[in-house]
Amino acid sequence: MVRERRPLDRRELTRHPEEGGWGARSGLVRLTAATSTWIFLVLVVIIAIFSILNFDAFASVFNLRNITIDASSLVIVAVGMTFVIITGGIDLSVGSVLVFSQVVAALVMRGMGAEGMAVILAGLGSALLSGLVWGLLNGVLIAKTRMPALIVTLGTLGMAQGAALLLSGGINIRRAVPTELVTTVGIGRLFGQIPYQVVIAAGITVIGGILLHLTRFGRHTYAIGSNAEASRRAGINVAGHLIKVYAMSGVLAGMAGYLLLARFTTTTIEGHGTTNLQAIAAVVIGGTSLFGGIGTVFGTVVGVFIPSILRNGFIILGVEPFWQQVAVGAILILAVYVDQLKRRARERK
Amino acid sequence: MTGAEAAAPDGYLLEARGIVKRYGHVQALQEADFDVLPGEVTALVGDNGAGKSTLIKILSGTVQPDAGKIRFEGHPVTIHSPLDARRLGVETVYQDLALAEDLDPAANLFLGRELLRPGVLGMVGFIDKRAMRGRASESFRTLGIDLQDMDAEVGMLSGGQRQTVAVSRAATWASRVIFMDEPTAALGVVQAERVLELVRRIRESGKSVVLISHNLPQVFQAADRIQVLRLGRRVAAFRAEEVTMDEVVGAMTGAAEEG
Repeated sequence: MVRERRPLDRRELTRHPEEGGWGARSGLVRLTAATSTWIFLVLVVIIAIFSILNFDAFASVFNLRNITIDASSLVIVAVGMTFVIITGGIDLSVGSVLVFSQVVAALVMRGMGAEGMAVILAGLGSALLSGLVWGLLNGVLIAKTRMPALIVTLGTLGMAQGAALLLSGGINIRRAVPTELVTTVGIGRLFGQIPYQVVIAAGITVIGGILLHLTRFGRHTYAIGSNAEASRRAGINVAGHLIKVYAMSGVLAGMAGYLLLARFTTTTIEGHGTTNLQAIAAVVIGGTSLFGGIGTVFGTVVGVFIPSILRNGFIILGVEPFWQQVAVGAILILAVYVDQLKRRARERK
Repeated sequence: MTGAEAAAPDGYLLEARGIVKRYGHVQALQEADFDVLPGEVTALVGDNGAGKSTLIKILSGTVQPDAGKIRFEGHPVTIHSPLDARRLGVETVYQDLALAEDLDPAANLFLGRELLRPGVLGMVGFIDKRAMRGRASESFRTLGIDLQDMDAEVGMLSGGQRQTVAVSRAATWASRVIFMDEPTAALGVVQAERVLELVRRIRESGKSVVLISHNLPQVFQAADRIQVLRLGRRVAAFRAEEVTMDEVVGAMTGAAEEG
């Protein structure tokens, strides 16, 4: 078999030399090929360095608890974003949807008298429903009109933000959160140790991971991001699936909004201008391809923690925290570059 | 018509009559006929723009005809979608292969047909990766494909290997007919030979194959019957052993009619 002359790449080294043979790639090669694996090593190295430099401050229970609480709401949003990006899409509206859901939940709870279990559940329901409605709107527009997700969710970003400001009058809503909600979900801890915010985020992450990696829903998510036309020809309801994925992203944004509301006892209208970009950065740093078809929930969790641990560590070490933004930006570019290299290697086939 | 009736006795598996398809002012198919006999390899040949791809898209359900009748095992059918075709036992290997490049061969084989775990887990949508893996390697083995690495994503495979995955998928699911749109066009000589070998194996299993190809030597090597489209119409139907390459070329270019 005549082969074009070209630089040797990894596949040449790992494929059986006999033409048409199905060479087994070694486990090590496959392991290093997974972006989420090496980015996890980056996280481990970062943690190790901070621990060595100032173990007492960095590795304290108090500090680790703070890091994980701060990361919880972003993890929840990023899990939804992982599904969206694996389908080859994007959801810029998550931060605004988060704020909108908070405002609606706060108004509902304040309207009901702000105390009691019924109020807590009504607040949760209204936050999730708000997220669902925006997510469905995103999904239907993207799947049915075939408009680019970037534009659709840029539109709903503005709409949800504006609607939240209209509903709240532009002022954060306080004294709307039942005390019981604050002391449990807000700042309470399971067994006095693990913050409920972290427990809930971890639960959602595990469910998201199972859904993505072990179920038909997850398999179709990868298939659509990999080749939407082939999925359609294979009988997968592509439009319906996309609507579900964006709806899920919206619901998770609503959930994150509710948890933040419970924690801070106030809406955070001005606090989520970059939540969408943080979530996207986390997903991409975690090895999910912006072109779709590739990604893991585990990688996304790592991608959330790298920026937050860098910020935390720099503060502890007395490094100007602005360096965190520089470092995260560089890691983001590196992650996308690695993904590009993998794609290019494959396209040479 | 060069003796289509004589060459093809009754008992068609698939029969298309008077198929018309227009794209704006372009008439891709003008009352085209086409038929497939059970257990045979039928080649569909014709020059570029003769309407081969359009005809196959209509028969596989991705394009709807403007007029014409399709019969399957003697019964009139309408094929509105690839799912309709699938229910008839018809599968298609598209020219672009329609593979999910980021998924492994087993996942591609079961694309849209994922096996679920038994019991409660299956009811909530858990897929049975091990069973799919096992049945996929069994399918590959049956077709004589040597698959050592079932974990490699399809995008990492060579063109020939990807082609065999796509053909295997069609062969696994088709109970009656497999359409193959230019299955060897992008392949080297050795790889093309392997695909033709696959075609023979599929035929031996009693299924019909429709082979669209530009490559006449390959057509003569693999096909039992050859049907020629020209300008959106079937202009000839031959048994492969009763015709020469020059006659087929003559039908394709229209030289036969003029002469």
